[in-house]
Amino acid sequence: MTSLANAPLLEVSHLRVEFPTRRGTLVAVDDVSFDIAPGEVLGVVGESGAGKSLTGAAIIGLLEPPGRIAGGEIRLEGERIDNLPYEKMRRIRGARIGAIFQDPLTSLNPLYTVGRQLVETIQTHLPLAASAARARALELLKEVGIPAAEARFEHYPHQFSGGMRQRVVIALALCANPRLIVADEPTTALDVSIQAQIIALLKKLCREHRTAVMLVTHDMGVIAETADRVAVMYAGRLAEIGPVRDVVKQAAHPYTRGLMGSIPSIGERSHRLTQIEGSMPRLTEIPPGCAFNPRCPHAGQRCTRERPDLMPAGRTRAACWLYDPQGVGAPLRAETVDA
Amino acid sequence: MPDTGVPVTRPAPQAAARPLLRLERLKRHFDVSPPWLARVLERKPRAIVQAVDGVDIEIARGETFSLVGESGCGKSTVARLVVGLYPPTAGRIEFDGADMGARRGRAEMAAIRRRMQMIFQDPYASLNPRWRVFDIIAEPIRAFGLAKSGQEIRQRVEGLLRQVRLTPADGVKYPHEFSGGQRQRISIARALASRPEFLVCDEPTSALDVSVQAQILNLMMELQRDFGLTYLFISHNLAVVYHISTRVGVMYLGRLVEVAATDTLFRRPRHPYTRMLLDTIPDLEMTGRRRAPVAGEVPSPINPPAGCAFHPRCPFANDRCRRERPELLAAGETRVACHAVEEGRLPAEERSYVRA
Repeated sequence: MTSLANAPLLEVSHLRVEFPTRRGTLVAVDDVSFDIAPGEVLGVVGESGAGKSLTGAAIIGLLEPPGRIAGGEIRLEGERIDNLPYEKMRRIRGARIGAIFQDPLTSLNPLYTVGRQLVETIQTHLPLAASAARARALELLKEVGIPAAEARFEHYPHQFSGGMRQRVVIALALCANPRLIVADEPTTALDVSIQAQIIALLKKLCREHRTAVMLVTHDMGVIAETADRVAVMYAGRLAEIGPVRDVVKQAAHPYTRGLMGSIPSIGERSHRLTQIEGSMPRLTEIPPGCAFNPRCPHAGQRCTRERPDLMPAGRTRAACWLYDPQGVGAPLRAETVDA
Repeated sequence: MPDTGVPVTRPAPQAAARPLLRLERLKRHFDVSPPWLARVLERKPRAIVQAVDGVDIEIARGETFSLVGESGCGKSTVARLVVGLYPPTAGRIEFDGADMGARRGRAEMAAIRRRMQMIFQDPYASLNPRWRVFDIIAEPIRAFGLAKSGQEIRQRVEGLLRQVRLTPADGVKYPHEFSGGQRQRISIARALASRPEFLVCDEPTSALDVSVQAQILNLMMELQRDFGLTYLFISHNLAVVYHISTRVGVMYLGRLVEVAATDTLFRRPRHPYTRMLLDTIPDLEMTGRRRAPVAGEVPSPINPPAGCAFHPRCPFANDRCRRERPELLAAGETRVACHAVEEGRLPAEERSYVRA
């Protein structure tokens, strides 16, 4: 056990997710590598279509066909899990990796009481008798802050409010004490005051259970409050990864900087928001070289030809030629930059 | 991107002459009762949602007034009442001095309607997928008869497309060929087509990614500066509201609980609900912050609590709060509906939510 103490809990290396289509193969996640330590919260941010949710889905083995893992490796506690048969992966999911999704209604079965769903999940993964499973389910409901847990045990999902449902989903994810929770936009469907409750709950549970969390969201505010480290994704690739404070305050990658500047904040005098011109390319139109180069104010010739890997950039690691000793090469012509 | 050099900031408060829009004791109730047979056989009572329950707002020309609140607080219903998508149950809507509820001829009503337009939240649902962008934007011009010839319509539409930073060539495309942010630009162009003075924006950036949201907010503020537009802005995102608003109204369960100039509201919030709402904003500066989240949820608007609707969640509630409903009263530069503020028993929490 001591030898494992510093080993990462989850290692993702060179992950590639593809969607074969009639018009060719779309690469939705392209050469993504990161790891998560035990008890760590890794935030994964990016705009819609950046591949953050697909990365999460690949880890829990729930990629929707025709999407498939086309390369790379995913290791959980040293064991490879990306190529397991369905039934084996099903045993890992729930027992060792828990999942929380955006819409709590779709994660719960509307025809069963929440108590029954909890007991069923517990008994699937833990060798407990019915009464012990029930006791554990009640304990979990109390732990996630559901008042009058005994009475709520017999209720159906539709009898819960959105925030309470998400608490039930968190209880479900925690049933078998997993080492890792993949939470995909867990607070996006909730009101701000409820969102704050759910974030506080997730943080508390992770601390107490030493559960690692991969928190996928587009909300930088949530990440800033919750995560230890942040990975920023753009067009299926990792643009930058580093400690949360450094990514938020001293981002290295021009995309991350633009993203942070575009978030309105309560503080400085009302000013014009930083604007990244254009929008993220569609998966069919990812430009050669760095995927961000057509929108990047610093793009040079090298950026349009060679794809940068993550490299040390100040306190974070960024996939940007600005941080290579050889730099970006000659800057592009003005009209190309504007396009 | 043309940069005119004039800084784009939120508009300053106006010296109140005649307000452009005035809402007086505005109410809208929805009947959500079970069907008649169920009521008779199962003795189920009638159920009325008091979505908007007595709202007074005055919006001055040229300002941006924002309504904030959690889902179900009635802010979108106010927006829909203002543009006439719902008739009010009670109360009065006055636009530039004219009572919107008064009986009028069709032409006279159209003349008023032309001056206000709406931008909706979902740019995927609010554009007709079978129409070309040109026709979508030209529709208000045609409907209000604002151009004499096809040539004139073409010129207007092309001008509008440029104003929202699209190109005239985009007119021949269909909405599905555009991204969410571009579609919202089309919605804005359509809203501007009838040369309105007043725009109701119902969560116009909530469905967009942050970088696209920044583009749309910048565009909206530039258009306001260039055309002297007045905005009623509905949002649940307090940082966005802080960024663009002149004044802010906070709603809870169909009523306004606090109205103040933006800086006053964020620097010195008075109502306990406003403070709670401001406490919950996830902020980039708050890395690793541990906050004490408020307990409880918004109660059902079908059976709102007696007295002050916020009392079940309020740490300062007493007997009077449970019994008597507070009115919106002036308190310094703010208007607040809170007994504790009125009686001065609220701890003077001089805590600003604006970072230095």
